[in-house]
Amino acid sequence: MDPQTLIFLFFIFVLSIFLGVELISKVPSTLHTPLMSGSNAISGITLIGALVSAGTPHNQISTLLGTLAVVFATINVIGGYLVTDRMLAMFKKKAPGDKK
Amino acid sequence: MNPAIIINITYIVSVVLFAIGLKMLSSPASARKGNLVSALGMLLAVIATLLTKGLTFQWILVGIVVGSLIGVAAAYFVAMTAMPEMVALLNGSGGLASVLVAWAVYHFAPNSDIFTTITIFLSVLVGGVTFTGSVIAWAKLSEKISGKPFLFAGQKIVNFLILGAILVCGIIYTMHPAANYPIFIGTVILSLILGVLAVVPIGGGDMPVVISLLNSYSGIAACFTGFVIQNTVLIVAGSLVGASGIILTQIMCKAMNRSLTNVLFSGFGSAVQKKGATVEGEIKPITAQDAYLILEAASSVVFVPGYGMAVAQAQHVVRELGELLEANGADVKYAVHPVAGRMPGHMNVLLAEANVPYDHLVDMDQINSNIASVDVALVIGANDVVNPAARHDEASPIYGMPIINVDQAKTVFVLKRSMRPGFAGIENELFYKENTRMLFGDAKESVQGLVAEFKSS
Repeated sequence: MDPQTLIFLFFIFVLSIFLGVELISKVPSTLHTPLMSGSNAISGITLIGALVSAGTPHNQISTLLGTLAVVFATINVIGGYLVTDRMLAMFKKKAPGDKK
Repeated sequence: MNPAIIINITYIVSVVLFAIGLKMLSSPASARKGNLVSALGMLLAVIATLLTKGLTFQWILVGIVVGSLIGVAAAYFVAMTAMPEMVALLNGSGGLASVLVAWAVYHFAPNSDIFTTITIFLSVLVGGVTFTGSVIAWAKLSEKISGKPFLFAGQKIVNFLILGAILVCGIIYTMHPAANYPIFIGTVILSLILGVLAVVPIGGGDMPVVISLLNSYSGIAACFTGFVIQNTVLIVAGSLVGASGIILTQIMCKAMNRSLTNVLFSGFGSAVQKKGATVEGEIKPITAQDAYLILEAASSVVFVPGYGMAVAQAQHVVRELGELLEANGADVKYAVHPVAGRMPGHMNVLLAEANVPYDHLVDMDQINSNIASVDVALVIGANDVVNPAARHDEASPIYGMPIINVDQAKTVFVLKRSMRPGFAGIENELFYKENTRMLFGDAKESVQGLVAEFKSS
């Protein structure tokens, strides 16, 4: 990677950090766990890199490492999103007409 | 159109969906949709990546099928009380994936330029620490190993030596990446060891901080991997997660009135610390019948749950009791301390599982401002977060930590298994107060007893 690419990627990195801070700074404590597991699922984005490593036919060891990476990243992504959804499905307001 | 352009345009769409999804996660009404939006972003990113020229699919398919099966099974079979462990494990697998991707790239092209080499090194370091750190956190949370801090003499020195060794390896390796495969492997191993050593000294009660911090690391690891393979979507998504983890970590530290360094290095609650002022007064136990009579006459009741409620799986009976009290005309609220339980928002998830509507949940500041008008505060398995010593006893280790001021309610019932002190290992003067009554026994059985009293009357 040449220095110019590095600067460009770094630029994106810095702005994304700011975006992240702005997006998340006001989350009610009720949602801390879903936020954590939901953002955890996003960190499974490494899957993108894993797919390329597993799918590019260069040599056996790289393919093996890539395939393992696909397995773990997929666990992270699928498990993360499903478990978050399962939790959020339980967060309910009191249904109207449910007064006892 | 050139596939590379289509791929990149799709990546932009994915990133936008991640941002919108995260934003929607900040309100209970839109959170579930937000999670789906972010999942859609992930799906698009994966599909776009599969369009990359020259990919063969057999191993990709194997990996995705195996990973999906494990992921689906884990997500459906985990109990809500085991959610902290689950989040820790998911975090760990993300970290491990980052290590493996960086390793694969290095193995394929050992002679990369200096920038790529440095980012490979950083990916391995952060990903490795995330992986083993999360595994240790999981083991502590699921009580495979003791939740107590594990300390030995010179621990900090050892950790710094290992970190130093990793940096030395990093420098040698970056100079001549192709010639130093063993050094690279050494970096991987040392990073894994560092992850273990960094988390073992941290006690179970500090896990909310550790889990949010590891969450942040897993994002940062993904971000570094993005630099390695020069992929913008990894960098953006990784930094979003990194930032959210750091913010949660700060919120947790603030809720305990401690700095991050103190949480990470002090081994809090490990030894018998200097005791605060000795507590005077006497313990006043109460029976379920008597407790029932007071609850029956109460017009406002607040539940204060803690880790003990999770251990006893008492959330469902608690909700049942809450409903009976409401039917009896009382105003019922659930007050949740930010660090109650073992991960941020742990109690909220359990109460949601038991069908407690989230608008019945109030946070610490809300409840403290009108605690004096509360007739009965029911403390279920919480201890340090309701210890009044935090307000006035400067000698107490938890002095300065914001607490729920249940001692200022008219009556306090403490449901507790025994007189054992809480995680911080300190006496709780709340138990000796004039207006406090102790209801001893398993939290679930005690609440069931109260429910039975209500039903039989």
